[in-house]
Amino acid sequence: MTSTVVVTGLGAVTPLGTGADATWRAALAGTSGARTLTNDWSEKYGIPVDFAAPIDASVVEENLTRVEAKRLDPNSRFALIAAREAWQDAGAPEVEPERLAVSWGTGIGGAWTLLNAWDTLREEGSRRVMPLTVPMLMPNGPAAAVGMEFSARAAVQTIVSACASSTESIGHAFDQLRSGKADVVIAGGSEAAILPVTLSAFSSMRALSRRTDSPETASRPYDIDRDGFVMGEGAGTLVLELEEHAKARGAKIYAEIGGWGISNDSYHITAGEPEGRGSILAMRQALETAGLQPADIRHINAHATSTPVGDVPESLAINALLGPHASDAMVSATKSMMGHLLGGAGAVEAVLTVLAVQNRTAPPTINIEQVDPQIELTIARDTPQELPAGEIAALTNSFGFGGHNAVVAVKSV
Amino acid sequence: MAHTEAEVLSGLAEIVNEETGLAPEAVEPSKSFTDDLDIDSISMMTIVVNAEKKFSVKIPDDDVKDLVTVQDAVDYIVKAQQA
Repeated sequence: MTSTVVVTGLGAVTPLGTGADATWRAALAGTSGARTLTNDWSEKYGIPVDFAAPIDASVVEENLTRVEAKRLDPNSRFALIAAREAWQDAGAPEVEPERLAVSWGTGIGGAWTLLNAWDTLREEGSRRVMPLTVPMLMPNGPAAAVGMEFSARAAVQTIVSACASSTESIGHAFDQLRSGKADVVIAGGSEAAILPVTLSAFSSMRALSRRTDSPETASRPYDIDRDGFVMGEGAGTLVLELEEHAKARGAKIYAEIGGWGISNDSYHITAGEPEGRGSILAMRQALETAGLQPADIRHINAHATSTPVGDVPESLAINALLGPHASDAMVSATKSMMGHLLGGAGAVEAVLTVLAVQNRTAPPTINIEQVDPQIELTIARDTPQELPAGEIAALTNSFGFGGHNAVVAVKSV
Repeated sequence: MAHTEAEVLSGLAEIVNEETGLAPEAVEPSKSFTDDLDIDSISMMTIVVNAEKKFSVKIPDDDVKDLVTVQDAVDYIVKAQQA
């Protein structure tokens, strides 16, 4: 029995488009998903940031029934849409429910539901707080919704590690398959946290860009004048499967998940360790479990959020890990286009990494006017960059508040 | 302002439709919420809370178990309006 893990289905709901293919094409075109919000939050509450990379309400209306949407927090709505797409893309595999697992990641959970319930409680009293409030707000809501949809009776687990959540969830999905606990895992992550409270809180910690005059150019990882991230929302899904299982049913195979790494900085609750030691450890584990050498890594989807302090340690870590081969790794900072999907970021970026390896194309990093001299990377800047033919591998990195580092290694097939 | 029995029935049907997606015309007086309309306890509580709001009545939790059929609920609400 081979223990190779392959990707057989992709799904995405992102600020760049609905669907993995739509997101991929918009990314190759260097599209920004950021825009000024149409609500009155900034004016009403004095929030200094009035823009983000949101998903149109029409996406939910077009993809879920009214009753489905009503019973799910927006986070779970995005999760279900992306998971259904990935499942269909994988050819709706026939798998015993006991051999089907879900490994999901979210950073914030059902914050929208919680805030709405609090408003209702204050304005109308306890009796009007809806009975579905708890299942809608619980952070395992998205995983449970996806699991019930496809009758998954193996592990239905939720990883919560802030912005590393859904890279970590893919890693745990890999482990589920490798350890023989499942034949197919729906792995992914989602977030829907563009809310006045979160915008205020991230603003208070000076984490968000304040380029209110130009939302489209606000997210600018590696640029010398970067001033914070842009909040995004959405979901990404990958159907992961043991290679033998996928081949037996004649499934198309996008790429292989070679391995993964996980570590913690144990340094500061929000700031990354300045030399990137934790990131190096996670990336090294990913290479080792995947049986890869530094020279094999030809593409990296970087965490790179566009914060002044965040982007540098990752650059140091990549150079420390890959040494002379660092310059051969084409680095894409796709948060420049779709903003930061927090707990959903890793899954969406893994979708892009799989497509980059399959299509031999690194998506662009937009909005760089002048590269910060502290960044020493080969950046796929402005336009898509071709990746080499032959056997190649890529890394996708995610780091989160709490010191979490998670890295997944993707290999070409 | 009290609602007529017919208004309560159609209003209730709207609430059930909103919660479950069932067609309003399927919410017939003789139907049982659980056995015929397949409404679980959480949905039933949601329907009750929405009905309280819509018809300006109170339906204590202890009374909900007695609302077996749609007609039971209509009768209860019509009566509660007059209380």
